[in-house]
Amino acid sequence: MAMTVQLDVVSAEEKIFSGLVESVQVTGSEGELGILPFHAPLLTTLKPGMVRIVKQFGEEHVIYVAGGVLEVQPDTITVLADVAVRGEDLDEQAALDAQKRAEEAMQHAGADFNYAEAAAQLAEAIAQLRIIQKMRKK
Amino acid sequence: MAGGKEIKSKIGSINNTRKITSAMEKVAVSKMRKAQDRVAATRPYAEGMRKVIGNLANGSLEYRHPYLADREVKRVGYIVISTDRGLCGGLNTNEFKKVALELKSWKDKGVDAQFAVIGNKATAFFKRFGGKVVAQQAGSGDVPRLADVIGSVQVMLNAFNEGRIDRLFLVYNQFVNTMKQEPVIDQLLPLPKADIEQKAHNWDYLYEPDPKPILDMLLDRFVESQVYQGVVENSASEHAARMVAMKAATDNAGNLMDDLKLVYNKARQAAITQELSEIVAGAAAVG
Repeated sequence: MAMTVQLDVVSAEEKIFSGLVESVQVTGSEGELGILPFHAPLLTTLKPGMVRIVKQFGEEHVIYVAGGVLEVQPDTITVLADVAVRGEDLDEQAALDAQKRAEEAMQHAGADFNYAEAAAQLAEAIAQLRIIQKMRKK
Repeated sequence: MAGGKEIKSKIGSINNTRKITSAMEKVAVSKMRKAQDRVAATRPYAEGMRKVIGNLANGSLEYRHPYLADREVKRVGYIVISTDRGLCGGLNTNEFKKVALELKSWKDKGVDAQFAVIGNKATAFFKRFGGKVVAQQAGSGDVPRLADVIGSVQVMLNAFNEGRIDRLFLVYNQFVNTMKQEPVIDQLLPLPKADIEQKAHNWDYLYEPDPKPILDMLLDRFVESQVYQGVVENSASEHAARMVAMKAATDNAGNLMDDLKLVYNKARQAAITQELSEIVAGAAAVG
């Protein structure tokens, strides 16, 4: 049997996932990270993106997070997400709309335009769409 | 009829009071349900945060964040969360008693204290009690938002950073269940260590990108999330306590009304008896 590690994914609103997993893949601020059981202690911030979980016995799950913090201990992994949504609950139309809005806002930038905020919104929308597409392919 | 009218009007006024308390009870029940859901929803995050911070405090990190260092205690800070409104039984009183007791033990050691208060009741209490209040916040309503607490938190964090306080505590009523709310005092800073067996060797995290920005963000977020959780728990406790208090008040009003009705009927009966005997006596005198 494959080795497993306890994973908790929590957002400010709810507990998204808690259980034993074989591996986890997240989007860290410096790039993609894959984490297996008995990983060395690690602390990193997360970018908007997906958390791909391989549960015990190989079942796969995808969760969208809009940033947060990842803590890894040899025996536990904790994802403290700002906002987290289960892949199945993502709304494609809403994500497309958000992407369009953000792009338009960036093109027709006014004087009081907050570029960083719009860029962050765009990144979130794109990350959500990527997850939706990936899930559809399977 | 001796006192009959007075008793009747008293029964009427108690009945009115009972109507109000029973309405308040029903409102508290529905508000408590929502508040309870909110507590259940936010607890995992606060607990996850506590767990991470507990691990972090046990490690030997290369970047010593000021929040991790245990200093000699000369002054302490308290963030006291109370309700905005009264009529919720002994909820606030019990909490303040606990704070006052702790303060006394600090005072015996020659330690000063300052407070950031959230909620009208705590503001009123510290006005009477004395004590240096450095931040106030009230009127966050039934749906507390994170933005509501950040101001008070920031004041205390600055005080800690500038060395005006050496320890920071959080006081709130923890929601155990509908019948039980417990005042608790949690230490926020310096970070409490997790009570797990000490790891045999020194270890540090791998950081991406650098330790400083991550720890700065994480620790600020930790304090904010704990205080926010305190506010949410306190709000659920408030509604639960109010529900119980109003139920007791409604029951008491009912009992009081029953007693008064008995007195009223006795008085009425006595008056009739007296009238009858007067008539009989009068008739006998004439006859």
